[in-house]
Amino acid sequence: MAKPDSLFFFIDPSRCIGCQACVHACTECDTHRGDSMIHLEYVDRSRSTQTVPVVCMHCEQPTCAEVCPADAIKRTADGVVQSARKPRCIACGNCVLACPFGVPELYDERKIMMKCDMCYDRTSAGKKPMCATVCPSQALFFGTREQIDQLRPQSIPTNRFQFGGQAITTGVFVMAPRRLAAPAPLVDVTAALDDRPPARAVRLTLVPPPASDRTGAAPADATDPFAAVEVPS
Amino acid sequence: MATLPADPQQIIERFGPHLSSMSGVRLSTSVEPERLVKTHCCFCGQQCGIQLKTRDNVVIGFEPWEDFPFNRGMLCPKGVKRYLQGAHPDRLLTALERSPSSPGGFRSVPYADAIARVAREIERLQTVHGPDAVGVLGGASLTTEKTYLLGKFARMCLRTRYIDYNGRLCMVSAGAANKKAFGIDRTTSPWSDMVGTEVIWVAGSNVAECSPITTNYLWQAREQGARIIIQDPRITPVARTCDLYLPVRPGRDAALFAGVLRIMIERDWIDHAFIEASTTGFDEVAAYCREWPLARTADVTGVPARSILQAAEWWGTATSSFLFHARGIEHHSNGVQNALGTINLVLASGRIGTPKSGYGTIVGQANGQGGREHGQKCDQLPGWRDISVPEHRHYIAGVWGMDERDLPGPGVDAYEMFRKIDAGEIKALVAICFNPKISLPDASFVTRALDKLEFFTAIDFFLSDTARHADVVLPGSLQEEDEGTVTQVEGRIIKINKAIPCPGEAREDWRIVQDVARALGRERGFTFDSPRAIFEELRVASKGGVADYSGVTYEKVEREMGVFWPCYSEDPRSGAPLADHPGTPRLFEPGSYNPVAKGAGPFYFPDGRARFNVAEYRPPVDDASEEYPVLLTTGRVVSQFLSGTQTRRIGPLVRQYPEPRVEMHPRLAGTLGIADGDWTTVETRRGSMTVRASVVTTIRPDTVFVPYHWAGPKSVNQLTVAAQDPISRIPQYKVCGCRVRKADGPPPYAAALEPQQ
Ligand code: SF4
Ligand code: SF4
Ligand code: SF4
Repeated sequence: MAKPDSLFFFIDPSRCIGCQACVHACTECDTHRGDSMIHLEYVDRSRSTQTVPVVCMHCEQPTCAEVCPADAIKRTADGVVQSARKPRCIACGNCVLACPFGVPELYDERKIMMKCDMCYDRTSAGKKPMCATVCPSQALFFGTREQIDQLRPQSIPTNRFQFGGQAITTGVFVMAPRRLAAPAPLVDVTAALDDRPPARAVRLTLVPPPASDRTGAAPADATDPFAAVEVPS
Repeated sequence: MATLPADPQQIIERFGPHLSSMSGVRLSTSVEPERLVKTHCCFCGQQCGIQLKTRDNVVIGFEPWEDFPFNRGMLCPKGVKRYLQGAHPDRLLTALERSPSSPGGFRSVPYADAIARVAREIERLQTVHGPDAVGVLGGASLTTEKTYLLGKFARMCLRTRYIDYNGRLCMVSAGAANKKAFGIDRTTSPWSDMVGTEVIWVAGSNVAECSPITTNYLWQAREQGARIIIQDPRITPVARTCDLYLPVRPGRDAALFAGVLRIMIERDWIDHAFIEASTTGFDEVAAYCREWPLARTADVTGVPARSILQAAEWWGTATSSFLFHARGIEHHSNGVQNALGTINLVLASGRIGTPKSGYGTIVGQANGQGGREHGQKCDQLPGWRDISVPEHRHYIAGVWGMDERDLPGPGVDAYEMFRKIDAGEIKALVAICFNPKISLPDASFVTRALDKLEFFTAIDFFLSDTARHADVVLPGSLQEEDEGTVTQVEGRIIKINKAIPCPGEAREDWRIVQDVARALGRERGFTFDSPRAIFEELRVASKGGVADYSGVTYEKVEREMGVFWPCYSEDPRSGAPLADHPGTPRLFEPGSYNPVAKGAGPFYFPDGRARFNVAEYRPPVDDASEEYPVLLTTGRVVSQFLSGTQTRRIGPLVRQYPEPRVEMHPRLAGTLGIADGDWTTVETRRGSMTVRASVVTTIRPDTVFVPYHWAGPKSVNQLTVAAQDPISRIPQYKVCGCRVRKADGPPPYAAALEPQQ
């Protein structure tokens, strides 16, 4: 069985509410109960509630696999990059260092790398991954291209990322605001590293940048909605 | 004297909260479940469908239930981990009796002895002091069957007027406003109606953390073009990306609504035809709004004038819209006025009762809707009937087979019951599903009142902070150990199914209530053999009331995955029997018929018209002052629920947000010399607490926020004020004056207690 090739994983960080249902649901998986293979990050909680769910992006040319000296990481024909294979993995941690998205983790006591395999036990049986099923904001969505086009007319999926000079294409898509995005935008991950999130918006730095506003959907009051509030003394 | 039988530390050692974790079969990657039970989450009012995996009478995990139409498999972290409340080391498996010499202050007693003692004490106190010497407290997480039985038990078995419930802390402001404006108390529309609307105004609801599943509906509506307006003193996760954020100063909501309505009237953004044909009272409201010019509104509310104008323009000129509110505007001594303020905006717009336009309150508790309809409220009888109205009394007395003259009159709200305990009028208390020691404001007063009770019995599955005061604790059931119905946020009646039996000597709550009735020798009317049997009587009792459930059956609820009330067994027009009434997903549709208006109009008043009510702004009680200059507001975090009796026992949820913190803006923190993570003391006229600071730009600089799920020294309700709304009697949790300073060092609890304790 394989993941049906009509079904894709889409991430929209602008929807994420930081609830961690995805992380908890991941620990309920029948293949690695108790451990989550994904995590949730606050971009900068002191300035914003913006969070980013980090699941494996299932790269077309997975850096993790490329740097693995034991050839323990396989990408199956349906585009899913699997967790390290048990007899092969030597727990060297190369993949952990190399993955541009910070996904794999080393389980020291078990001497193995484990990571998100898009709930292969579920997706290969035609079901949705656990995280995308429970996600209450549907920041994580699993379905067809037609469904996402119909459900998300304001945004457009992209699976191309730029890290300095390196471009990466992934099996997982990120949703970019349609009115800002060029027809085939790249998400500039390096630029995003320097960004400080504003309290009232999402930043998704796109290449090429939109003519008017490079960073996006900042509402009028985004700068500081509390600017006029006096601090009591 | 219901004082604590032992040192709190000893009670905690024996009864917790301890943490459950995934272990044994719940951790195994190879164990197959025996059964998958379709039911619902036990926590919030969204009531997400979920399938529980069971094996050997233990819930071992869950599987999403993607067919259930409301949440389609979605769950928040509480729903994902809710199964870890079962098979818990703290679970009460026997009845307990206060015994200061026993470990943790209680000893196990045979269930029958415990019931006999409860009956004896009730009998004794009622004989000496009269029936009203005993009070009953219920809760809105109970199934509708249980809330119905509890109301009947208080009135018919105990013959006491004193019963109320924890919805008093929750939905009563919305309920009272709905009653005044519409004559019926329910959200108007199914959530699916939201998608395709033009504007959604969310007033005082941290949707992302308190009703997470509603988020997808909001975002879906936004994708289809809706503009989202969020009114909140904090930039909550849904406020982060909304289209217009109204950073209202806590306690100023009614002023904001009046100011917006004034602009709408001035610019003629109102629906004259609707106001003329379907409402009354507009002129008085318009006259009041004239007192709220833009500059004054901005000044009082702290919302920039341009944002108020923008809100008025978007709301005023839309052709379809939704307005939702929740505890943020309801938990105020001005709560009913705030809710009426929102209703005035809706009525002036004329947009209600159509497929893309509606209004509602987002309920907090599992059965926040159903629990407020069938008679556990102090002034209410089943079917949303009024205990003061002779025909209503007569009808229910008939259903119950008792003389109407023996039916007590209205009692008082839950907080007032504590004042009556304090005054020595109420001497004994029977409580279930209510943890007032944590959840009521001014906790030291509530504790003093509990201490004064001559006899206190609590039905509980864990020893809650309140149950620690009990003379007798009766071991009740978890949600998954019983069946019944609840009515969720949209007004949809759904079915809770039993996944496993009660462990040990624990038993279903309705059996316990009936056991007490039997031991009192007053079992007539309390011989139901199943929740279904109770529901069948409830159908009859609700018939002809506004909350008419008479056409609802368990089979229909399961078949249709929920039925919206009112659902009639007889045609309200002709009285002819109806085999299969479809229920009422959407209220107030033009041309709709209801049994109150009898065709005169869509609203539930004899003239069929909705009522505008002047929604007056009053400054909060105990407002910011020179002595207490900062505003304190309270609320939830996503991983915890209510007083935490369940969620503070679930390991993964506790680790997500272990202890309360005080959220403050860096500008405020700067003037106080407080850095992120510093121990900080927050003090009000009633008490003080020391917690760590969370310094974030996502809150108004004149306001601090502390979540309320924790107990004892970590309970923010030590600080909140017992000021209540004069109509709904809801306490003002959402604002009071406080002062904040850097603490001298860690509080004593830091070394003594685990985070959840
Ligand atoms: S995201 Fe990281 S772990 Fe996943 S396939 Fe790409 S390189 Fe490997
Ligand atoms: S479940 Fe969805 S909304 Fe919640 S943290 Fe994960 S991605 Fe974000
Ligand atoms: S707590 Fe509410 S939103 Fe979360 S899973 Fe339960 S019912 Fe759904």
